[in-house]
Amino acid sequence: MGEMLTVLNPVGFAPRVTRKALAPRLATLSGKTVYLVDCRFDDSDVFLKQVQAWFAEHMPSVKTVFKPISSVYLKDDPATWEEIKARGHAAIVGVGH
Amino acid sequence: MTIEASYGVPAVAVHTDKFDKVVRSVADVNGMPGFRQVFVPQPVMGKTARELRAYVDGADPLTGRPVMQEVVEGLTRPLDDQGLGPTEFDRSTPRLVAPGTEESLQRLFLENHWTDCLPIVLPTEARVAAMLAKTGRRPDEIVGRMRPTHFREAWEYSVEKVAVNAVMAGARPEYFPVILALAATGVSARGSTTSSAATMAVVNGPIRREIDMNAGIGAMGPHNHANATIGRAYGLLSQNLQGGSTPGITYMGSQGNAYAYGNPTFAENEERSPWEPFHVQHGFAATDSTVSVFNGCRSTAFTLGLREKHWREHVANMLRGMDPHSPPTLLLDPITARQFIDRGGFTKKDALIDWLYDTARMPSSEYWDYQLVQNYLYPRATFGEEPWASKLKAAPHELVPMFRREDIHVVVVGGETNGYWRIMGCSYQKTASVDEWR
Repeated sequence: MGEMLTVLNPVGFAPRVTRKALAPRLATLSGKTVYLVDCRFDDSDVFLKQVQAWFAEHMPSVKTVFKPISSVYLKDDPATWEEIKARGHAAIVGVGH
Repeated sequence: MTIEASYGVPAVAVHTDKFDKVVRSVADVNGMPGFRQVFVPQPVMGKTARELRAYVDGADPLTGRPVMQEVVEGLTRPLDDQGLGPTEFDRSTPRLVAPGTEESLQRLFLENHWTDCLPIVLPTEARVAAMLAKTGRRPDEIVGRMRPTHFREAWEYSVEKVAVNAVMAGARPEYFPVILALAATGVSARGSTTSSAATMAVVNGPIRREIDMNAGIGAMGPHNHANATIGRAYGLLSQNLQGGSTPGITYMGSQGNAYAYGNPTFAENEERSPWEPFHVQHGFAATDSTVSVFNGCRSTAFTLGLREKHWREHVANMLRGMDPHSPPTLLLDPITARQFIDRGGFTKKDALIDWLYDTARMPSSEYWDYQLVQNYLYPRATFGEEPWASKLKAAPHELVPMFRREDIHVVVVGGETNGYWRIMGCSYQKTASVDEWR
């Protein structure tokens, strides 16, 4: 058996994780406004418009709003989030990678 | 996740299936392990509306359940324990690894994804202490924070942690101030982008000669100990100090990138350059020692010299071959640097950069149709951000600049065995003082 060595750990220091609560779920989507939030990445707009078409055909009581984010997905977008909070009940965000 | 956590709006995120591990991991480290996520096949990019409708009507490839059923349930199914909070948990990093033999520790480091898959120098306390002796900074001083992507949490690291990774790379202690300066930039050499980017580091000033860095023959290759091990140390410290570079979780580069082994690291050939050094262009004195970091290194174009008759067209062709989202940094052998003066009269680097900016143009319709321009620049243009907003007004056949002038750079490197030169598609990030880390 070779010589036993003591070596240092090369890994950095991870930040503490604080668990955040999810928002309460809706009892139903009927009569509600659902925002379809377009991340503006890799044709996500084309995809979300198909989601919008699906709601129109299968759940017409749901009002959908197609909403592109204000800039690139790398930037926070408080104006859009405020609008959804004020006027919507739920959000479908896509398409992430 | 922001809209859910900070605005209290129930949300579902839709991703492509290749990203299941990474997006669940991101949710975990953001404290939202129960965040509702639904998956569709990869890719979405380039698919027709009809094809994407099939995704919507189809099944989540990971669960086999209908995509829209999962979406609707994600917004309406009551929360379970994972959705409730708050709780906190800590992830501490022990200072030492459990003792082992050379062979067992090499295997442990490899299996833990702490290496670049090549053998490393084991960071014993004696080796790390020798590295630490070459800086005046305290071992426990925090150097900076780093993360592999915008969406992940930034990890923190001390001088000692940087020293551990410098030892692993095989660096000599006298290189340590350069490695600390690289760590202090906070720019990761192990970004998780799907585009498989690497970084490049250019060293200027007296430190180049003090540690015998190479700016001449073979400077960008594996022919100089300082160049090679400083670049390797930059990669290792990035992956370990930011919390990993593990494929599928903290690294998503689709093809990978051989540049990432050594992260091209070299000295500028200031002595043979006809222009002022790179760091002087960026506000430092010629007597300062610095390291400048470029990221997004993926694409390279090259040619030999500048021909009298068509040199302008040849350079234009090279620039047109770059992706417009990846601006050019010219890496010129001193022979070619002087040719740019002889052919074009560019006695200042700025004059050459002006010409490159004017030369790199393409029809507006082609420019805006690039996928990366669509992803990253078109959204900024539509909301009025310049210069893209003005560029968006151009007629389809109007020639528009491919790059911003401030994103174009020139560095002189090479040993004058010939006038070969290349363009590295990459983005200059910052120049850091080495002297501050001595």
